[in-house]
Amino acid sequence: MKTIQYIIGAASVAVALSAAQSCKPKSADTAISGDAAAKTYVAPGKYDEFYNFVSGGFSGQLSVYGIPSGRLLRVIPVFSMDPEKGWGFSEETKPMLNTSHGNVPWDDLHHVQLSKTNGENDGRWVFVNGNNTPRLARIDLKTFRTAEILELPNSGGNHSSPFITENTEYVVAGTRFSVPMDEVDGDVPINTYKKNFRGTLSFVSVNQQDGNMDIAFQIETPGVNFDLSRSGKGPSHGWFFFSCYNTEQANTLLEVNASKNDKDFIMAVNWKKAEEYLKAGKGRKVKVKYAHNKYSEESHTSTSEIKNEVVVLSSKELKDLCYFIPCPKSPHGIDIDPTGEYMVSSGKLAALIPVFSFSKMIKAIESKSFEGDYNGIPVIKYEAALYGEVQKPGLGPLHTEFDGRGNAITTMFVSSEIVKWNIKDLKVIDRQPTFYSPGHLMIPGGDSKKPDGKYVISYNKITKDRFLPTGPELAQSAQLFDISGDKMQLILDFPTIGEPHYAQAIRAEKVKDQSLKTFKLEANKHPYASRGEGETKIVRDKNKVHVYMTAIRSHLTPDNIEGVKMGDEVYFHVTNLEQDWDVPHGFAVKGASNGELLVMPGETQTLKWVPDRVGIFPIYCTDFCSALHQEMSGYVRVSPASSKVALVGNTGTNLPAE
Amino acid sequence: MKKTLMLIVAGVILYACGQKTGQTGDNAETPQKPAVTEYDPQRGEGKFTNVEISERLDAQMAASGKQIFDLKCSSCHKLTDEKLVGPGWQGVSTKHKPEWIMNFITNPDAMIDKDPQLQAQLELCLVRMPNQNLSDDDARHILEFMRQNDGVQ
Ligand SMILES: [Cu+2]
Repeated sequence: MKTIQYIIGAASVAVALSAAQSCKPKSADTAISGDAAAKTYVAPGKYDEFYNFVSGGFSGQLSVYGIPSGRLLRVIPVFSMDPEKGWGFSEETKPMLNTSHGNVPWDDLHHVQLSKTNGENDGRWVFVNGNNTPRLARIDLKTFRTAEILELPNSGGNHSSPFITENTEYVVAGTRFSVPMDEVDGDVPINTYKKNFRGTLSFVSVNQQDGNMDIAFQIETPGVNFDLSRSGKGPSHGWFFFSCYNTEQANTLLEVNASKNDKDFIMAVNWKKAEEYLKAGKGRKVKVKYAHNKYSEESHTSTSEIKNEVVVLSSKELKDLCYFIPCPKSPHGIDIDPTGEYMVSSGKLAALIPVFSFSKMIKAIESKSFEGDYNGIPVIKYEAALYGEVQKPGLGPLHTEFDGRGNAITTMFVSSEIVKWNIKDLKVIDRQPTFYSPGHLMIPGGDSKKPDGKYVISYNKITKDRFLPTGPELAQSAQLFDISGDKMQLILDFPTIGEPHYAQAIRAEKVKDQSLKTFKLEANKHPYASRGEGETKIVRDKNKVHVYMTAIRSHLTPDNIEGVKMGDEVYFHVTNLEQDWDVPHGFAVKGASNGELLVMPGETQTLKWVPDRVGIFPIYCTDFCSALHQEMSGYVRVSPASSKVALVGNTGTNLPAE
Repeated sequence: MKKTLMLIVAGVILYACGQKTGQTGDNAETPQKPAVTEYDPQRGEGKFTNVEISERLDAQMAASGKQIFDLKCSSCHKLTDEKLVGPGWQGVSTKHKPEWIMNFITNPDAMIDKDPQLQAQLELCLVRMPNQNLSDDDARHILEFMRQNDGVQ
C-alpha cells in the first residue's frame, strides 16, 4: 500500500515538473536577474528617488511609498476613520467624513492623480476618488493630509475619477452606476433603467491658489457605466475622453448582459464647448444635496457645508458637446500618449488594442463621418477615428502608461503580464509575466507630457504564493520593473495596504523641500488653543466641560482634573507646544468610546469623552516622545452628578489630601 | 583652467564641511567625518559669535521675550532658581555668555551633544531641551528677558 502511494506521489511530481517547464516562466527564480537587489537598494539614511502615491482601495486610505526601495513612508487617512492618527475621531476631523447621508466613515478609494501644470506633475496636490458614496478628495502635499472632501450629487458610484486637465483646471468624476437624477422620484422599477437612469460627468473646478474644489457643471448622459477617463493634452487639450461599458443598458447580471455588444464606446467631451454653453446660460439648475468639507491648517478645524444646487448640461440637446467612438469590447482604460495625439483604449474582453488618432477624430467630426447616433449623441465611424490596432497583445488588456520614448506598456489581466509596444508601428516589443493578474500599472509621470521612464510598477490583484502565507488573505502586491533597457526587468515585490488600485509617482525633489515640519504656535487660530501653559484652564458650560490642555515633553497641563460629574461631556483641547520636527504627542482616556488624538507640533486637537462611571480615569500620551514619556500621564476624577467637588485642574501641585 | 580647478576644490571642501552628523537623517552620500574644530564652551556652537548687549535693559525686547517665554518655555522653566523639567532661569544670564545662550536655544541638539555643562545637566533632567524653532530675533528677545529676570534695569 505504501509503495503504491509513493509511486503515485512520484508520478504527480513528474507531471507537475513537466507542466511547469512547458508553461511560460511563472516562478520568481526564472524572472529575476542578478543585479536586481542593487537596483532597488537605498542605503540606510538615504532617500528614494520617487514618492509613489498608491491608493488603498477598500481601506479608503492613500499610502505613500519610496521608489525604488518600496519602503512604506506614510498612510494618509482620507475617506476612512484611522485611529492611529485620530482621523474621524477628533472633533476637528469628524466633519470631513460628513455626507448628505450623514457620517460615512469609509469608502473605496480607487484612483490617484497628481496635480499638473503644463501637463507635468507639479507636486502641489494629490486628488483621489471615493467609489462608493461618490466623493472627491484633495490631499495637500505640504502636510500630506486630506485638505478637502467634496461629495458628488446625481451619481451612483464615482469610478471614472479623479482625472484632471493639463493645468488642473478641472478634476472630473464620471458615474460608474447610472441612477435616476436626484431631483426626480427615484422610487421606480429597476428594469426601467433605459427610461429613468442617467449617467453624469462632473467637471469640478480647482482654485489655483488654494486648491479648493467646486462643481462647475455636470453633463447628463444616457444611462451607461463610465469606467475611466483621461484629459487631452497639447493638441487635444480642451477634450476629455471617457470609456463606457454596458451600452446594452442592462440592469441585471451585467457579467453576461453588459457584455453582449461587439463594441461599446469611448465618449469624447469637448469641455471648452461646455464652458461656452455654461456661459451662454444653457445649463439647467438642478436641486440636489451634497456635502463640501474643508480642513483649515490655520484654525486646525474643519467645516462641512451642505450645498443644494448644480448646473447640468444635456449631452443630447447641446450640439458638438459629446461624441461616441465605438470601441471593442467593454473598454476599461482610456489613456492619452504624451504627445496628446493618440488615445489608447483597452477593451478588457477584446483580443486587440485599438489606438485612436485625435486629429483623425476631429476630421471625422468635421466631415460628419458618423455611423448613426446613440440616444441623440453622434457615433463616429470606428475606422474614421482609428489610427490602428495592436494585434494579439495578450489577454484582457486593461491599462496603459507611456515611457516617453515612443512606447506604451499595457497590463494584461487575464494572461498576467505587462506588454511593451511601440505607438507608431503598433508592434509588440517585450512582454514580462506579473504575479498575478495586474490591474493598473504606473510609470512616474506616465500619464503626463514628460514621463520619467525609468520604472514601471504593476499593481496586482492576486498574490497567492508570492509572500509567506498569512492565512486566507495575503496583502496585495506591487511589482517594480526596470524599464531603462530594451527588456523590462522585474526587480522588486512589495506588499501594499488594501487594494493598490491605481497610483502615481513624482520625483522626490518636487515635493520634499516644501514639506512642512511644524505648525507655528504663534499662528494657531484654533478657538480652544492654549498658546503656552499659562493659557490652560477648565471651563464649564452647563454639562460641557472644556479642558484647555497643553502637551510638551514630558507632561500634560493640567494633569490632575477634578470636578467632572456624571452626565458631563468632557472636551480635551490638547495643544502641542513643541516646535520641533516629528514630535507629535498623543492623548488617550481610559474607557473612552472614541479613538486617540495625535497632535502635531503647534497644533490643537480635541477629544470628546462622556464618562460612564464614577471613579479615577488615567489619561496619557500615546506617542513615545522622550525618556520620560511613560511619566507623561495624569488623572481625571469623575464624581456623581449631585457632587459638590469643585472643578479644578493643575499640574505639579502634589499636595497630600490631609 | 586653474581657476576652475580651484573652484572645484573649494566646492569639495565646502561640501565636506557642510555634512551634518546630528541625529536627523541627512541623506549623506557616505558618512563624513566632522570638520575638526575645537568646541568653544564659552561661545557654544551655532550662528552667534559676538552678541552686543548694552548695560541698560531694552524694555521692548524684554517684553517680547516674555511673550515667547509664556508660549514656548514656561512649561519647563521657572523664573526662580527652582528646577521644573529644566533648570530655573534665575542667574542664567550671568552664568553664561550671551552667545552661548543664544546658540543653545536656537541650536540645542548640536550643543547638548558636545557641551560638558549641558551633558551634566542632561544626566539630571533626562530630557533633551526641545528645539522650539526660535528665530534670531526671538533668541535675542529671550536673552533680554533673562537679563530683566536677573535684575538688569
Ligand atoms: Cu508625549
